[in-house]
Amino acid sequence: MAKLTLADLKKLREAKHAEMNPRDAAHKDVQIIVGMGTCGIAAEAKKTFDVLVDELDKAGLGNVAIRQTGCMGLCHSEPTVEVVVPGMPPVVYGKVDPDTARKIVNQHVVRKLLVNDHVYDKPAADIVRK
Amino acid sequence: MAIKTYLLTCGGTGCVASHGTELYEALKKEITEQGAQSDAQVVRTGCFGFCEKGPIVKVLPDETFYVSVKPADAKEIVAEHVVKGRPVARLLYDKSQSHLNTKLEDVSFYQKQFRIVLRNCGVIDPEKIDEYIARDGYAALAKVLTEMTPDQVVDEIRKSGLRGRGGAGFPTWMKWKFSKDAPSAEKYVVCNADEGDPGAYMDRSTIEGDPHSILEAMAIAGRTIGAGKGVIYIRAEYPLAIEHLETAIKQAREYGLLGKDILGTGFDFDVELRLGAGAFVCGEETALLASTMGKRGMPIPRPPFPAVSGLWQKPTVINNVETYANVPVIILRGGDWFAKIGTPKSAGTKVFALTGKINNSGLIEVPMGITLREIIYDIGGGIRGGKKFKAVQTGGPSGGVITADYLDTPIDYEHLQALGSIMGSGGMIVMDEDDCMVDVARFYQEFCVDESCGKCAPCRIGTRTLLNLLEKIAAGQGTRGDLDKIREVGTAMQKAALCGLGQTAPNPVLSTMKYFEAEYAAHIDDKRCPAGKCKNLVTYEIDPAKCIGCTLCARKCPANTIAGERQKPHRIIQENCIKCGECLKACKFGAVSRR
Repeated sequence: MAKLTLADLKKLREAKHAEMNPRDAAHKDVQIIVGMGTCGIAAEAKKTFDVLVDELDKAGLGNVAIRQTGCMGLCHSEPTVEVVVPGMPPVVYGKVDPDTARKIVNQHVVRKLLVNDHVYDKPAADIVRK
Repeated sequence: MAIKTYLLTCGGTGCVASHGTELYEALKKEITEQGAQSDAQVVRTGCFGFCEKGPIVKVLPDETFYVSVKPADAKEIVAEHVVKGRPVARLLYDKSQSHLNTKLEDVSFYQKQFRIVLRNCGVIDPEKIDEYIARDGYAALAKVLTEMTPDQVVDEIRKSGLRGRGGAGFPTWMKWKFSKDAPSAEKYVVCNADEGDPGAYMDRSTIEGDPHSILEAMAIAGRTIGAGKGVIYIRAEYPLAIEHLETAIKQAREYGLLGKDILGTGFDFDVELRLGAGAFVCGEETALLASTMGKRGMPIPRPPFPAVSGLWQKPTVINNVETYANVPVIILRGGDWFAKIGTPKSAGTKVFALTGKINNSGLIEVPMGITLREIIYDIGGGIRGGKKFKAVQTGGPSGGVITADYLDTPIDYEHLQALGSIMGSGGMIVMDEDDCMVDVARFYQEFCVDESCGKCAPCRIGTRTLLNLLEKIAAGQGTRGDLDKIREVGTAMQKAALCGLGQTAPNPVLSTMKYFEAEYAAHIDDKRCPAGKCKNLVTYEIDPAKCIGCTLCARKCPANTIAGERQKPHRIIQENCIKCGECLKACKFGAVSRR
């Protein structure tokens, strides 16, 4: 990638902003975001990540983007996974062991129903412009 | 028809205890009876905090938050909210109950947290610069390079009221101004990522989750003071943070956001990493700079301050990770916006690592001025196992304890200092009735003995003297005179030690002595440890009248020191007992007692 100019930076920001916001009309895709800070990894987030990838494969869901992120702050309930499905409120799941990961794919993503006992609260509203 | 409404009911221990399960069932029943199965789903969730106001019901997607909901309220919630789409006003959380003086439209609902430093943590992929850029990343640097003079940057930071988040709370703008005004062709920007308080991991998480925010802020500082080079001093025991920083630096260089001629503006700035071996004293800025230069990590007297003579004796701005992470937001949203958050003297937010005997341990970011009560009960979900809150330790080995009497004190630099603790970097360890204050003081003192660099006598000898006295008291051999001695030595250290480590090392013991005098007295006068922690002062015994000889305790005992035949009373052979308390926990008949 070549060095950016000011105009490039602005263009890149707008392009990526649209891409990251699943409510934008052009991108109807599902996002699954796994917390992979030290706390998450210590609680076996990598296993959760693998199970999610596996299960999505098995279900034949090609429109799901799976991403990693840092610590969300819910260290008491690691591993944490955020699921963003268009038309559904974004949901944070905690204590996502392999079983729960499978449920997230088959129940939340496929059947649009939340998974019991693992929903947590996002710690704060987002201050970055929408 | 698709589900439109989700009713989340808290399934945490606190809410279950206050009839949360009945509420969950009642909501499900009402949904079915009112024929809304295809419109709404009832979901049991993890703990939301706010346990004192439980059971909690949160309605998505409109984020309505109901508190103290009774099973009998289920009918109304379903009929009004789910079917007609009207919130039930009488059950809504009353925001006026909050002690926060933050009045921002951004804090639109019940949440107590406000994430500036952690704005991207848990949101972006830290290994993708594009995602940082998508969330206004490097926009502040672009603004500083094209629209602002160095003086304007300093002025914006001054208006924001940002103070050093490493612990002491020195105004950030002053550091930047001193360095900017110091005449030198060569200057440096340093980031202190040598986080070392036991139980603290704010900086690690910030770097792991959002490494570019630090790089951007350092470049802004570089432009402001006229430095071309930045150094991040980070401990080698943070491998993931280091990896993410290395990736971030590489990506920023590829995009021309670090290196020569940044964004085509002619500004050059680059950042390199220095790995520390994990010495606590290297969090002290002069020791950190010495270590960065390849010397032994020992502090030197100030002045001169690093702002005038720092790295390689050149003017150096040195700030903590969290301080830097605030800077891009201040530049973009303005100092006035930032100053409105928190209290007049302590603006903005503070990140805390909430650990210890708390239900929801974790990384939290709260506006300054929030009370300890709100942190512990509304965010932390209260004390684990329903035990009694005893104290919270802030500021690690440099801080002190805050007791139940001060739960409603606003958390900011001044109030904490007045209580004999400090803000510190943000470790917050919650302690319950099972924690012994003499033991806590001893633990921190031991830490300080290990970490003292040994350069100055008050710290080298003082920390050891205090530890010896505390061990004596914990062993049941202390006298009243020892307490006077601790005060005398501690006060001398506060005045005479060379750097912050030694000056603050007596804080944990002095502060616990101040607030828990009776507990020290019990150790000294009655040779008793009320919390049962100090092993020399505790005896475990089995009551032969209650013991049925189930052998459970004997099997659990790691020292194999419980004797007795099956179905006959057992006894503990005291000589070999290690006072671990496993027998007490194991006994189902209340036959084991602790004295």
